[in-house]
Amino acid sequence: MAILLDENTKVIVQGITGKMARFHTKEMMEYGTNVVGGVVPGKGGEICEGVPVFNTVREAVAATGAEATLVFVPPPFAADSIMEAADNGIRYAVCITDGIPAQDMIRVKRYMKRYREANRMVLTGPNCAGTISPGKAFLGIMPPHIFEEGPVGIVGRSGTLGYEAGSQLKDLGIGVSTSVGIGGDPINGSSFKDILMLFENDPDTTHVVLIGEIGGPQEAEAAEYIRDHMTKPVVAYIAGLTAPKGRTMGHAGAIISAFGESASEKVEILSAAGVTVSEHPSTIGEKVASLM
Amino acid sequence: MDIHEYQAKEILSAFGVDTPRGGLAYSPEQAAYRARELGGNKWIVKAQVHAGGRGKVGGVQLCETDQEVQDAASKMLGRKLVTHQTGPEGKGVYRLYVEGAVQIDREIYVGFVLDRTTQRIMIVASAEGGMEIEDISANRPDSIVRAVIDPAVGLREFQAREVSFALKVEPSLTQQMVRTLMGCYRAFRDRDATMVEINPLVITGDNRVVALDAKMTFDDNALFRHPAISELRDKSQEDPRESRAADRGLSYVGLEGKIGCIVNGAGLAMATMDTIKLSGGEPANFLDIGGGATPERVGKAFRLVKSDDKVQAILVNIFAGINRCDWVAEGVVQVLREEPVDIPVVVRLSGTNVEEGQKILAESGLPIIRAATLKEAADRVVEAWQNETKA
Repeated sequence: MAILLDENTKVIVQGITGKMARFHTKEMMEYGTNVVGGVVPGKGGEICEGVPVFNTVREAVAATGAEATLVFVPPPFAADSIMEAADNGIRYAVCITDGIPAQDMIRVKRYMKRYREANRMVLTGPNCAGTISPGKAFLGIMPPHIFEEGPVGIVGRSGTLGYEAGSQLKDLGIGVSTSVGIGGDPINGSSFKDILMLFENDPDTTHVVLIGEIGGPQEAEAAEYIRDHMTKPVVAYIAGLTAPKGRTMGHAGAIISAFGESASEKVEILSAAGVTVSEHPSTIGEKVASLM
Repeated sequence: MDIHEYQAKEILSAFGVDTPRGGLAYSPEQAAYRARELGGNKWIVKAQVHAGGRGKVGGVQLCETDQEVQDAASKMLGRKLVTHQTGPEGKGVYRLYVEGAVQIDREIYVGFVLDRTTQRIMIVASAEGGMEIEDISANRPDSIVRAVIDPAVGLREFQAREVSFALKVEPSLTQQMVRTLMGCYRAFRDRDATMVEINPLVITGDNRVVALDAKMTFDDNALFRHPAISELRDKSQEDPRESRAADRGLSYVGLEGKIGCIVNGAGLAMATMDTIKLSGGEPANFLDIGGGATPERVGKAFRLVKSDDKVQAILVNIFAGINRCDWVAEGVVQVLREEPVDIPVVVRLSGTNVEEGQKILAESGLPIIRAATLKEAADRVVEAWQNETKA
């Protein structure tokens, strides 16, 4: 078992006919992801990468029984596409799009609260590399061969640091249950805590790697959850030790604006919560191995 | 994106926020003319720079004659203002704003921010106006008043009243406070701001609520739908290295160290900087070349980092997912052949097509130092840089 996604999950791709979306759809299908269709308004009836294209998510769900979506829609329209998925019974959405206006994401988050928690879609991203359950399926743009199947859950804001962690583990012969990118934007779909809760309840995950960075309150919130509720050991790395205050470091969300948001403060908070912190990004794998 | 005070005031006053009368000046003569045009006998001359803390370093002057206005203006124009928010190189003063002085009875702090905990727009206000919000939250946290705004219905008047009463503003001024807060909120929402700060918002001797200073920051991701805001970009207030990078579509932040970095992915770029520091060096920049880097793009990034005179060594760190190591290697080899450098270059490649990439580097015959892991790469670049500077 893995969290959020496996080989049986029926997936649609919103914006499937774009060049990048087609490329990654093909990669996902080759890996084993069960892609059942795509959605592009006005292109309903076409076939793309061997699957049917629909005009609306509603039609796609009715025809295919889709449960998950990969949102590959340009920034001005991405928020609308996420809301469309949420309104049509999609259970899990990954949004890759980088550059969605922050206030659009505020509206998305508010909109998703219309649904009872049991019916509420889980969103990860935007501005992330996606989610992979190695050996089963992936939903995103990562190079899947970097990850091996196994018992370690990974959750991180940065795509490439997720690859770093996945491949360090692989080099040590350790595999991954699921790796989830929550994205580098200030307003995102799921927090570290949301994903940690899923890993804590997943019987096939024994250890968790958390890859954070400067900016925002979500690492501190995660620390509190780990201290009070988590039984599984957690290894963390926090990027941005050298980042100056008040400057955005690439990710829209990577900016130190309040107390508790610098890398050293986050390291301190996580260590105090019993997390094993890797000082070097190169030693994440070793730290996990030392706890196994 | 940041804008100037006078621009923020223009936007806010269109949304019903009261601001002092003022005029823009590019020369001392024009400043004096603005003062005469405004009338009265007291004026404030304010340097327009994208940073706070101007008042403490001579960027704000009270003047009582138009000659004083002219003198203050000639002292400010063309100068570099160094405040706690500008960094050591400071920001150039090329525009001045001349305002009629108002009599101040009380100063209040009002800010609108994107609150990441509630994931909503939040008002942060304090009766301790004039101080920086960092100082207020450090010294007088109890004086801070907050209101979280539900995006479904926007700021409600009762919330604005609650803020006003919590700040102990005279009940006769409640309506003015509500109008001010509503105006700020609508400007924030309709123009896709990420921050609106009025510090101070003042109660004047004649019982008006006036925004004496104003700062607005806009969401870069939303500029596509606000062409009028995009036009307010002032390149003279940006680090020239960063302007050049932005024009080339690269994400770059200039720093103080000597070791230039070229990395794919924002998280990995930060991690690379950190590792350089842990190995005993200091990074000269943050640079994310993004996914799908072609040899041309790598070349552009390399030239950009190299063009910074402070840089004494370069570290290229690529973990290729969508990227391909062979393309990155080709880009590096190409640029080094066309424009040889006399500083050490360390390249660490990992991921897609790594063998091909290593082969290209090895067979190039160029003095490129190769490394397998990030830690090794950082150690080697710092070591090479130290040897270089010793010699």
